[in-house]
Amino acid sequence: MIPFNFDYFKPDSTEEAIKTYTSEWKLGKKVVYFTGGTEVITFSRGGKMTADAVIDLKGIPDCTVLEMVGEKLIIGAAITLNQLIESDVFPLLSETARRIADHTSRNKITIGGNLMSKLNYKECILPLLVAEAVVVIVGPKGMEELPAEKLASGILEEGTFLTQIKVPVSNLNLPYTSLKRTRTTKVGYPIVSLAALIKEDRIRVAFSGLDEYPFRSAVVEATLNDRTLSDEQRISKAIAKLPTSISDDFLASKGFRKFTLGILLTEMNTVLEGQP
Amino acid sequence: MIMSNTSKYTVIPLLVNGQSHDVMVRSADTLLHTLREQIGLTGAKHACGNGDCGACTVLVDGKPMHSCLMLAVEAVSEEITTIEGLKHSEMRQAFVEQWAIQCGYCTPGFILNCHALVKEHPDADDEKIEEWLQSNLCRCTGYYEIKQAVKFVLEMNKKNG
Ligand SMILES: Cc1cc2nc3c(=O)[nH]c(=O)nc-3n(C[C@H](O)[C@H](O)[C@H](O)COP(=O)(O)OP(=O)(O)OC[C@H]3O[C@@H](n4cnc5c(N)ncnc54)[C@H](O)[C@@H]3O)c2cc1C
Ligand code: FES
Ligand code: FES
Repeated sequence: MIPFNFDYFKPDSTEEAIKTYTSEWKLGKKVVYFTGGTEVITFSRGGKMTADAVIDLKGIPDCTVLEMVGEKLIIGAAITLNQLIESDVFPLLSETARRIADHTSRNKITIGGNLMSKLNYKECILPLLVAEAVVVIVGPKGMEELPAEKLASGILEEGTFLTQIKVPVSNLNLPYTSLKRTRTTKVGYPIVSLAALIKEDRIRVAFSGLDEYPFRSAVVEATLNDRTLSDEQRISKAIAKLPTSISDDFLASKGFRKFTLGILLTEMNTVLEGQP
Repeated sequence: MIMSNTSKYTVIPLLVNGQSHDVMVRSADTLLHTLREQIGLTGAKHACGNGDCGACTVLVDGKPMHSCLMLAVEAVSEEITTIEGLKHSEMRQAFVEQWAIQCGYCTPGFILNCHALVKEHPDADDEKIEEWLQSNLCRCTGYYEIKQAVKFVLEMNKKNG
């Protein structure tokens, strides 16, 4: 049971959502946005967060679209992971989403909630990073489009929320792979998760589970694409050049994460090299 | 805009097993809590409260959902099915006949999930069945029999066209 009360609003438009946020915030209330709500509910129940007002974005048409417009695939923030998987419009995203949580939870977890999660994993961002997606943010100051990597650390200005993700159509159907290792069972948070694709003969890869935030690194990619080196050399050098310190926590030690990353990068090379 | 209020209870309509119920809820009440404490439908079980075990599974517009991860106010205008609404279903019967029950605590959640699975995927293969069954935990570890119950219904439906 959630041990505190809040007001619940379900606006029909982005304007109504912003107006509601602003008026509640001016009253000194703590306001949170909500799409799938699974994290808001579990964090609230577990004493990890509180709220005086909750704004559910599922009633906003901009947040529930999933369509091609011109040269972009538009994904509304309130699209559930299973809707993404079933539509299979962006196979690398479908494959990555299929390994997040379990089938029933994926009927509720949304892409917007995953990208804005307070947890470090945000695995849906990995395909967006390698496909150079942009995200649409709306707030009291208006609307803006940002590169998806701006969401990796998850901090948006007060009152702003994510409405849509836009992916260039030219990056939807490139050769790809999505790999993940968990501690024990198939369902679980990643020790390491990666999403990779090949564009113009170069591998692009993004990682989650290694450190505080998911990331894509130019230095790591340059090393992985250095054809003067053997496969093994590329992988060991890429690991040495990671732009982050590898986490050491209850899921896995630093050493085991490094070892697992090496295995996943080898698998990645095998899969991608086998593709046309 | 739909709104429900903090300091007082709000009356909302919920459509459960084909019957409309006006229930008094806090915005913060989960669907699981409301089904059990307000409507008296105790088939959906409380266990982890975290989306990890599936004991609280119900169907929302035919899709399995962890009712511990859904607010009651989110379920307004949706069609909710609990185990009490599947009394005469083939899946429930198959669980009995295939001995897919031990202590029974996980059983309502499993039956609802499996019922939705065979409706959505009448040709479900082993991979699909396993993917869906990962959403529910059985501490008595009766997974083999549960899988057999699903396969039994899939076969029966195919035979009956
Ligand atoms: C059983 C289970 C297993 C999981 N396994 C994984 C896993 O393997 N990998 C992984 O990456 N994650 C995993 N997760 C975590 C999950 O992806 C996140 O908790 C995610 O936030 C849930 O999405 P939601 O739509 O329910 O989010 P919500 O609860 O709606 O929101 C999450 C956070 O984002 C904010 N927010 C939501 N929507 C917006 C928006 N449009 N704009 C701005 N802020 C917003 C909310 O205020 C909140 O802080 C798992 C979760 C569960 C329940
Ligand atoms: S009680 Fe809802 S998933 Fe465990
Ligand atoms: S039958 Fe006992 S938990 Fe499943």
